[in-house]
Amino acid sequence: MELTLNDYLLVSGALFCIGFAGVLLRRNIIIIFMCLEMMLNAANLSLVAFSRFRVQLGLPNYSGQMLVFFIITVAAAEVAVGLAVIVALYRARQTTHVEDISSMKF
Amino acid sequence: MALPWIILLTPLLSAAFIALFTQRLRNISAYISVAACAVSFLATCCIFSMHGPVLSEYRWLDISPLFSVSIGFTVDQLSKAMLFVVTGIGLLIHVYSLGYMDEDEGKSRYFAGLSLFMFSMLGIVLANNFVMMFIFWELVGVSSYILIGHWFDKPAPPAAANKAFICNRIGDFGFMLGILMLWVSTGSIYFGDLQAAAPGLAQHPGFLAVATLLIFCGAVGKSAQFPLHVWLPDAMEGPTPVSALIHAATMVAAGVYMLSRVFFLVQASPAAQSVIAFIGITTAVGAALIATQQNDIKRILAYSTLSQLGYMVCSVGMAADDAAMYHLFTHAFFKALLFLGSGAVIYGTHHEQDIWKMGGLKNRLPSTFLTFLVGTLALTGCPGLAGFFSKDSIISAAGHGHPVIYVLALCTAGLTSFYMFRLMVVVFWGHTRSEHARDGHQPPAVMTVPLIILAIPSVFAGYHFFAGKFLAVPQEPMNMGLMGLSVFVFLAGAGFAWMIYKGKDSDPIVIPLLANRFYIDQFYQTLIAWTQDLAASLTATFDRWILDGAIVRGLSSVAWVAGFVLRFLQLGNLQAYGFLFGAGSVVLIYYFLFSR
Repeated sequence: MELTLNDYLLVSGALFCIGFAGVLLRRNIIIIFMCLEMMLNAANLSLVAFSRFRVQLGLPNYSGQMLVFFIITVAAAEVAVGLAVIVALYRARQTTHVEDISSMKF
Repeated sequence: MALPWIILLTPLLSAAFIALFTQRLRNISAYISVAACAVSFLATCCIFSMHGPVLSEYRWLDISPLFSVSIGFTVDQLSKAMLFVVTGIGLLIHVYSLGYMDEDEGKSRYFAGLSLFMFSMLGIVLANNFVMMFIFWELVGVSSYILIGHWFDKPAPPAAANKAFICNRIGDFGFMLGILMLWVSTGSIYFGDLQAAAPGLAQHPGFLAVATLLIFCGAVGKSAQFPLHVWLPDAMEGPTPVSALIHAATMVAAGVYMLSRVFFLVQASPAAQSVIAFIGITTAVGAALIATQQNDIKRILAYSTLSQLGYMVCSVGMAADDAAMYHLFTHAFFKALLFLGSGAVIYGTHHEQDIWKMGGLKNRLPSTFLTFLVGTLALTGCPGLAGFFSKDSIISAAGHGHPVIYVLALCTAGLTSFYMFRLMVVVFWGHTRSEHARDGHQPPAVMTVPLIILAIPSVFAGYHFFAGKFLAVPQEPMNMGLMGLSVFVFLAGAGFAWMIYKGKDSDPIVIPLLANRFYIDQFYQTLIAWTQDLAASLTATFDRWILDGAIVRGLSSVAWVAGFVLRFLQLGNLQAYGFLFGAGSVVLIYYFLFSR
């Protein structure tokens, strides 16, 4: 059977929802971080799918794919910063559990 | 014509010259002031030869066509008589002051003040419009303030000066409002124009009555009528010649003079007349009652002045302005005489003012005694002396349809006789009751001569051949009944005083109500304190609850409460924020995609 744009978008949406649910529900910062990456990749998947299915003059629209490269680059930088923050946090608090980090709560 | 200018400006020049150049040369200052007064007096004598209106005037403030004020003069019979009184008695009192104030440190200041007063008073007398009169009206207030507070290093005189000034200001506020009302309604402040407009104003009796009574407020303050009379007895803290000149003969008579000047307004308003007559007779009776229980020689005379001014004001209120001016004219002489006589007594007894510490002075101060006796007889209405005629003309005016005033005026005459003879008996008869009185001495000639000169008009000023030259003396047919009555009350008052006080060393009758002046001063004190407390507590409440409470604390607590409530939204849970963010996004997406 032929895969349509809808199928890709469904997978992408499912990935996004799983990622978002993980961000909301999990308590370990590293898992949350990974879930964030998953949400980014869900967005990447939908962009690539749009690019592939929007054909003009026999060629796909490469704008979407270009944007994906940017996202991967930014995500790599973000991972570097984010992991550094997590390591620093762990060193300070000896925990990666979000519920333990609540000193600004009233 | 330059004469009015000379009369008016010479004292001003003298005051300015003393203030600027001769502050330290005390005797020269005194002679300059006396000379200036003498020049005014001579010019006044010359002015009696003038006839017809005086046209020269100086346009002082000109906002034409709306409003213009000039320094212009009214020279008619009324102002001529008043000029004669002011400059004549003023000159005698200036001369007397040479003796009385001889040793005083502030002699230059004193004489500068006298000259300033003469200038201001003459301005009132000569004024031909209300604004000019009001300016000089305030100037006499200032000079009176300066002179009452002459001995400012003691506590009482400055307080008395303040009291006088403030009481006068209360009256003058009404005066100013009255002038404004007349100006608004007629467009003019000149007495001539107002007189022409008076019949038109009489079409609106309510308005005219209010305006006239407001004008009368000025007279209530200046002539010390009830309820603003409290300043005059206190003003006796000033030097005695000042009391004689300002607070007996001239300034306090300015209110009566002013009412006579605008008598056309009073005449046009019967409602105002009855109020004026009521206030006048109230003052006359009340002050006479108080005078019977005072022990300070000058205060007795001050209350006597109040009482006589009450007669005059009452007389204006009974539409008998001739009689009022007649009494003003005679009263000025004998009251100045009495005050100067009391000054001589005070001077002779080393500044003793309590009559119960004097006694037996008739042998030690013979010329003072004789002149004082003349003044007393003139004041009390002894037949043949000045006061007899003028007082009778007022009482007989009351006889035409004012029975209550008639009776009260006769009673006041009896009381006058009583308290004056009480004073005479206690001060001049009996035995001496203090060391000061024992070595009492005759004052110098510069003080006794003015007394003797004043004694002459005190006797003759009532007769037609004297007063008729200056005034329109009211022509009443001889009323034997009234004459008999007034002689009777005179004799009764004098006789009672003689019987009660002869040979007494302390007051045999003590009536606290009268000795405490009907508690009016205390009442004012309480009233003012109460009003101030009330105003203070009101403003404090407003400040504490409205400004501090509602506005300042209100605003801050609104911010605090808002912050407190909003603080609960800060869960401190990152994932809850994330959930809210996601939910928000879903809602927005739903809204934009599906609900349009």
